[in-house]
Amino acid sequence: MRKILIATMAVVLTAGASLFGASAADKLKVGFIYLGPVGDFGWTYQHELARQALVKEFGDKIETTYLENVSEGPDAERSIEQLVRAGNKLIFTTSFGYMDPTLKVAKKYPNVHFEHATGFKRDKNMSIYNGRFYEGRYIQGVIAGKMSKAGVLGYIASFPIPEVVMGINATILGAQTVNPNIKVKIIWANTWFDPGKEADAAKALLDQGADVIMQHTDSPAAMQVAEQRGAHAFGQDSDMAKFGPKAQLTAITNNWAPYYNQRVQAVLDKTWTSGDVWGGLDSKMVVMAPYTNMPDDVKKLAMETEAAITSGKMHPFKCPIVAQDASTVECKGGTHLDDGQILGMAFYVKGIDDKLPGK
Amino acid sequence: MGLLEAIILAVLAASTPLLIAATGELVTERAGVLNLGVEGMMIVGAACGFGGAWLTGSTIIGALCGMAAGTLLSLVFAMMTLGLAVNQVATGLALTILGIGLSGLIGAGFVGEKITTAPHLYIPGLTDIPLVGRILFGEDAFIYLSLALVISVWLFLYRTRAGLVLRACGDNHVSAHALGYPVLRIRMFAVMFGGACAGLAGAYLPLAYTPFFIPGMTAGRGWIALALVVFSSWRPGRLVVGAYLFGAVTILQLHAQGAGLGIPSQFMSALPYLATVIVLVLISRARTGGSTAPAALGTVFVPDR
Repeated sequence: MRKILIATMAVVLTAGASLFGASAADKLKVGFIYLGPVGDFGWTYQHELARQALVKEFGDKIETTYLENVSEGPDAERSIEQLVRAGNKLIFTTSFGYMDPTLKVAKKYPNVHFEHATGFKRDKNMSIYNGRFYEGRYIQGVIAGKMSKAGVLGYIASFPIPEVVMGINATILGAQTVNPNIKVKIIWANTWFDPGKEADAAKALLDQGADVIMQHTDSPAAMQVAEQRGAHAFGQDSDMAKFGPKAQLTAITNNWAPYYNQRVQAVLDKTWTSGDVWGGLDSKMVVMAPYTNMPDDVKKLAMETEAAITSGKMHPFKCPIVAQDASTVECKGGTHLDDGQILGMAFYVKGIDDKLPGK
Repeated sequence: MGLLEAIILAVLAASTPLLIAATGELVTERAGVLNLGVEGMMIVGAACGFGGAWLTGSTIIGALCGMAAGTLLSLVFAMMTLGLAVNQVATGLALTILGIGLSGLIGAGFVGEKITTAPHLYIPGLTDIPLVGRILFGEDAFIYLSLALVISVWLFLYRTRAGLVLRACGDNHVSAHALGYPVLRIRMFAVMFGGACAGLAGAYLPLAYTPFFIPGMTAGRGWIALALVVFSSWRPGRLVVGAYLFGAVTILQLHAQGAGLGIPSQFMSALPYLATVIVLVLISRARTGGSTAPAALGTVFVPDR
């Protein structure tokens, strides 16, 4: 009986292996794990665009596979392992919550290269990468400060984590450079994705007198509300101009393609090493969508700000940074806050008339 | 438009999908069937409703597509639980998972497309009345239809013989069967009604609320509708109160945050659910006698030949 079982298993395994592996003995197989559906018009969509760019760039030198809608948790580990077994040698796991599962699988398969987005744990075969989205937020702040007639910005936030807090602070610091008295109303949606709630939040902010909406949630709902109400808004992750042709001022778009190209090339050249990349405007990982629906002088100012940040002449968190309680934040990075301080940001800067949840 | 008026309008819009879906589920449960698949039927209704409206440019056709999709999915449920007497809880949960997957498949073709929102009513004279005109006569038709739906369901359940028979099936299916009523057929119609309402509620989201389709856009509203049925202790009148209360707390917490009242946002987000729990406790304390749930709720009925 046992022999029969083993024989059957062998047959099944060979059949399975030939199904997965036959076509591409010499091709590099690249796998992707996505959090949402590829058509979410936000976070996952941008990763998918980068995957498509890879296919275009490398043609038949590589073969790509993606798994979408993979929830963060035990499911992720299984999915990553599935990609490994299917012969993928380079695997991108594209959400914060995949950090531990990726690390676990990475330890098990030292010959496979892993790339994890937005996390902080590394290994010799596991790199991490993220975008400096706060640079884009600063530019948005400058534009918003100029564009808001009421002097009140509306900010739809998701969860009070450093990534979101640094975005709010960068926005206000940018806005203060053009309007020192700028006010911001912040609504925490306590979700990344709930179009109905995001729309409700946008309506509430507009009803309370804000006239420029910014968001750190994922759907284009707020953009649509702004469009309907004749207000302005900024896109999130993707260019959302389609949903608000008259409303969108610009959008921070996540451009992963250059990084993905570089990493695939490195594996092909056998020069891949584990790294930690936090790319901003200069490396084109963060790209601003076209500046639209604003007067020329604002557009010019926005482009100058973008150029200054890209060249390193300007830093959104330039010292001195004064916190909400009027204390000056220690300046560990010389002329600006250092990366550690930004990554762990848990305070509001002066000028925000609200309390950070949990403080 | 004043702030108060704006808030009331937002509350109406936020409550309507909950009210429609919960009304359907109330009828289903009154017939003795527990269909936990509301979320799944809603999201499929949203996908098909958007698809219908996008292809034809008509909100009404979109709404009908949503209802048809919800009904079809509910028939799958009816086939399993009534025809094959499968466990209702498990089937309902499976239906939700199926619906979420199916809606992604259906909607894949038109993610990122957009439509014009359902037109708002305009009755010359009435809509222009200051303060109340816009609220009573100036929103999209779904809002007023949902109230008409609840009133009709109330009339049906408590003022018609058919309604009495339906309630009898939910309370004691053996007796109803003994009296010669076709329990399974009645339950099937109740399940279909629930499905149509869930589909319509789902379609309301892309048609009138946020005019685009994105997978997962119902974001748990089906589960809230289910909770509202329990909250209402299976009575249509209380359902209206519950749905609007829930909508009001949801919207008011956003406004409180925007106004910087300084209450922790996590607490505010939990508030609608907290209110539900508190009301449930109050209702069960005030009640005398047994449970208000339909006595045969969730039990399988296999007629003896």
